[in-house]
Amino acid sequence: MVGETLKYLLVTAWLLPLLGFFVEMLWGRKGDRTTTKWPAWCAVGCIGAGFLCSFTALMTWGSDTGWAVLDKPAEHLEGHDDHDEGEHGHGEHGHAADHASVADAPWQLTSLPDADESGDAEHTVGQLVHHGTLYTLATFGGLSVSIDYYIDSLTLVMFTMVTLIATCIHLFAIGYMSDELTEEYVDHSAHTADGKHVHRQGRFYRFFAFLSLFCFSMLGLVLAGNIFQVFVFWELVGICSFLLIGFYTERKTASNAANKAFIMNRVGDFGFLIGLMVVWTWFGTFQFAELFETLPRDATGNIVANEFDEVSVTAAGGDEKQIPYSLLVVAGLGVFAGCIGKSAQFPLQTWLPDAMEGPTPVSALVHSATMVAAGVYLVGRFYPMFVPEVLLTIAYIGAITLFIAATIAVVATDIKKVLAFSTISQLGYMMLGLGVFGWAAGLFHLITHAFFKSLMFLCSGSVIHGCHHEQEMPKMGGLRKKMPVTAYTMLIGVIAISGLSIPGVVAFSGYHSKDAIVASALAFIQANPSHFLLFLLPLLTAGITAFYMFRLWFFTFAGTPRDQHVYDHAHESPWVMTAPLLILAPFAAFCALGGESGFLYGMLQGSEPVHVAAGVPAVAEGALALPSHHAIHGVHATAGLWALVAAVAGTLLAYVLYGTNVVNLHDMKRQLSGIHGFLSSKWYFDELYDALFMKPMHQVAALCAWFDRTIIDTVVHVAAKIVVVVSYWDRIIDESLVDGLVNLVSRATFSFGNSLKVVQTGRLRQYVMFIVVGVVALFAVLFTTFPN
Amino acid sequence: MDPTLSKYLMIGAVLFVCGVICMATKRNAIGILMGVELVLNGANVNLVAFSHYTTLGIDGQIYSLFVIVLAAAEAAIALAIALNFYNNHLTIDVDRANKLKG
Repeated sequence: MVGETLKYLLVTAWLLPLLGFFVEMLWGRKGDRTTTKWPAWCAVGCIGAGFLCSFTALMTWGSDTGWAVLDKPAEHLEGHDDHDEGEHGHGEHGHAADHASVADAPWQLTSLPDADESGDAEHTVGQLVHHGTLYTLATFGGLSVSIDYYIDSLTLVMFTMVTLIATCIHLFAIGYMSDELTEEYVDHSAHTADGKHVHRQGRFYRFFAFLSLFCFSMLGLVLAGNIFQVFVFWELVGICSFLLIGFYTERKTASNAANKAFIMNRVGDFGFLIGLMVVWTWFGTFQFAELFETLPRDATGNIVANEFDEVSVTAAGGDEKQIPYSLLVVAGLGVFAGCIGKSAQFPLQTWLPDAMEGPTPVSALVHSATMVAAGVYLVGRFYPMFVPEVLLTIAYIGAITLFIAATIAVVATDIKKVLAFSTISQLGYMMLGLGVFGWAAGLFHLITHAFFKSLMFLCSGSVIHGCHHEQEMPKMGGLRKKMPVTAYTMLIGVIAISGLSIPGVVAFSGYHSKDAIVASALAFIQANPSHFLLFLLPLLTAGITAFYMFRLWFFTFAGTPRDQHVYDHAHESPWVMTAPLLILAPFAAFCALGGESGFLYGMLQGSEPVHVAAGVPAVAEGALALPSHHAIHGVHATAGLWALVAAVAGTLLAYVLYGTNVVNLHDMKRQLSGIHGFLSSKWYFDELYDALFMKPMHQVAALCAWFDRTIIDTVVHVAAKIVVVVSYWDRIIDESLVDGLVNLVSRATFSFGNSLKVVQTGRLRQYVMFIVVGVVALFAVLFTTFPN
Repeated sequence: MDPTLSKYLMIGAVLFVCGVICMATKRNAIGILMGVELVLNGANVNLVAFSHYTTLGIDGQIYSLFVIVLAAAEAAIALAIALNFYNNHLTIDVDRANKLKG
């Protein structure tokens, strides 16, 4: 029953933006559509209704389960001790006993592991899941492709977060994009061939149409119940991102950025497809529920492999296959490659800073809170299929990414670029958290980051709008007097991302989530000391994060104005733009209230794959040991303290350098010019990729062009000449032989006729003589041959 | 001295040949027509001779009546042609009637 309700609510929330897209694109005459705001209100209405549906679904689910998930953390510790002692009443089964009413509920579609049979493969699905098929597209024997849904607490939280943030951003965009509400829009950054600015029709309605399409795609991705469906919506969000980044189509920079984003995503999707192929071949199904139950794990959570390093799986369709362990690694890495592309991890991170060419609402929605989080979400969703080697790769890539991006953000001067690099860095944190077995920690950070990053992007949008499209921070300063609402909501966001808190008294959301990740990392390196970088890098970067975020705040809002013209004309934004800031700010600050005992973390942990809680001990000497919840709780306080110290240090350094006038920044930049140059060129990644891929491509293209021009064209020209010669001789033969023959025949006939013409003299008397002579001759012949 | 058949046939032949020579040698169209009459009358003599001297009987004479009628009709037509020819060419010299020359 509840499953049906949830299904209908979430499918409605998912499909409403699609309806909005069609309406906004197609309805209304041209004139109306361009200059009135109704497309925006339609979009806001659709996504707002989506939010209400999602929230209702969340409440329905909660009340139906009695909010059982929120009791988890306390009992988890107890259940864990039992597990260590190997009793029957261990963790998961303990949960089943405690939540008897829940376990007996008829809607529960996945069964809990049966602890009585030892050595059985444990189910690795999160406990309270509704999944099913909406529509079957095709069936090939035992394999079927269908549109599925998979609803657990993670889905509900993601839906609510996405729809809430999207609603706020839609509202914001009404104000931000209002200058598109005209018949003639002048684009000052785009020029026509003769150097003048481009004049074009306003595209207000198209922006909201694309936003609606994007919301539909993102929600479809979250709701998806099989990984192929995820891939379909993955591409859809990529398309929407392309359309939105390249919204100002006449600007060369924007269209290049859109191409870059889409193509780099495509590179990741190549790996994604390989992963999908492995899954399809060996598991015979794409559906999450079936996949999670097929991979066999023993009681400790390790994947069961035989002596040939093969894992036996029962594919959909019944037959048992032996998949080599290495192919499981390939599958995991393949799917993660897609996530690298989508979530802008190293090495595919260069598209995200360029994606700031899109309007700021796009950056807020797509490139901070939702689309780039899709990669993290997929890692979280596909988690049971990842073997420890893959998890280690994920962790390292996350660590590298977070460090690189944070260092570049330190020297960036465009306000949106700082936030873009910050996004890349925080995404690295999430990947790191997921990689070191802090499943709920990584996703916790995803949600909190979505709130405070979208808040900060909207604040920066408000600043840009208020300063009349000025984006460079060296031209700002002291703006908090002119734009107080923006300044102080931005401060809330900055404090949240820096992870500052007064322990025990007040802590903003980022503190809790970053804390959880750092604790997981510390527990991980305690279990595997050789990977100490996985703790040092996030710790160091926590300090760097605080530093550059406060640098941004001080640069923009504090101090004295550096450009008087900009300062004089700056103004606070209208209520459509400041209201979303005021709505998002409390969420950014307090959505993680209670930290690990709080509502959000509890909801997320409710969907944790079953094998995560207990940790996975090393299966052999030198193999990876993955920390358990117990281990993580143990180091939580230490890690938290270290992270807080780093954050405070970063903040103080930023205050000293940018909040006061103690240090001359120009001198410092000159002295550190080597590092500064390296960082402001974004570690020369663009140049590296240019040399590695672009230049060879150009060479190959030039070679092909040369080949085409010189060799193929020559062949074609020679062939043409041969044809001309042959046709010349053909003509001669045709004219002389064939025509000659025909003409000969006609001439012969004509001359014969002519010669016969002689007989017709026209002289009557001659005719009479012929008659007479003829008769006489006839008589003579008759009477000689027939004398009778 | 009863004339035999062959003597009448001889007369008929002489008339025929005269007629033919007249047809062949005259330049005047009317002259050619006269030749045609002679030829036809020569044939008539032959027919009548045969009707008297052989078992042909009255058929010969009837047949010659037919020939006379035909000769008259044919002469009328021929004269009409000659008249038309004169209207167009202002002459009845058959040597000048060579429009059908190839």
